[in-house]
Amino acid sequence: MAKISIQDLKKIKEEQKARMVLREGAQRAKITVHMGTCGIAAGARDIMVLFRDIIGERGLDDIILTNSGCAGLCAQEPMITVEVAGQSPIKYVKLDSAKARRIFDEHVMAGNPVEDFALARGSETTAQ
Amino acid sequence: MEDLSLHILDVAENGITAGASLVRITVEEDTQQDRLSITVEDNGRGMAPDFLAKALDPFVTTRTTRKVGMGLSLLQQTAAEADGDLKVESSPGRGTTVRATMRHSHIDRKPLGDMAVTMITLIEGNPDVDFTYLHRKDGNEFSLDTRDLREELEEVPLNNPAVIEFIRKSVASGLKEINAG
Repeated sequence: MAKISIQDLKKIKEEQKARMVLREGAQRAKITVHMGTCGIAAGARDIMVLFRDIIGERGLDDIILTNSGCAGLCAQEPMITVEVAGQSPIKYVKLDSAKARRIFDEHVMAGNPVEDFALARGSETTAQ
Repeated sequence: MEDLSLHILDVAENGITAGASLVRITVEEDTQQDRLSITVEDNGRGMAPDFLAKALDPFVTTRTTRKVGMGLSLLQQTAAEADGDLKVESSPGRGTTVRATMRHSHIDRKPLGDMAVTMITLIEGNPDVDFTYLHRKDGNEFSLDTRDLREELEEVPLNNPAVIEFIRKSVASGLKEINAG
């Protein structure tokens, strides 16, 4: 029967415990991938894989990657919400891998929201 | 949904939304009997009989963000297309069990897809929920239980990137092993 190797897991535990001591600082950002039926059907799992790969490749340990359910805007999926420490959360819509990469570099890493892909910008205008 | 692993992700997310602390996923492939079955069992809040009777209707949902629920009806369609069916059992306060069966060799049966990525997506996205995954194929089996991993990891969280990558690799190689027989 195929099983997970507990020996390998123990090794990872020791390595990660050592890193956790160094890591005590605050989180840079949280990325929430919307994972409702609509999101999954539109490719949300691939978006999560992409972020996981970028975080892994760059060895970043101050970014939380998580998921949530349907936000009620199914036609806009795949969607994510990016919360950078100290800033308002931004929802991004109709993502693909190129857009997600740009959001990661410009918003998550540099702190500049990518307005082009955000759900909305600007304020309501009232009739004169 | 393109493949079965995406359906499994979707149904498991339903259980988590229903407040489950444990989601058990079982995939059984029996090429002799020509059956493939998927069972997703959660210990969430469950459904009352009158709601359960309507659960496969896409115009019924517990969600408040939109009025249409698609997940179970899509899986029912996927199963029906491969000469199978979908059964849902549920009781309030005890949880829900969804079981889809298909004919393994059916030309229209969707491929299994990437179960390793489905499992890490669930584990990473829901670090407070426990998951078991049992995959049987013609007498061989692979199993994963996050409660065992948690115990072994002590203060290192399950959603630690190195742990997630370890789980992905373990599931991928475990499935490869049982497929090789």
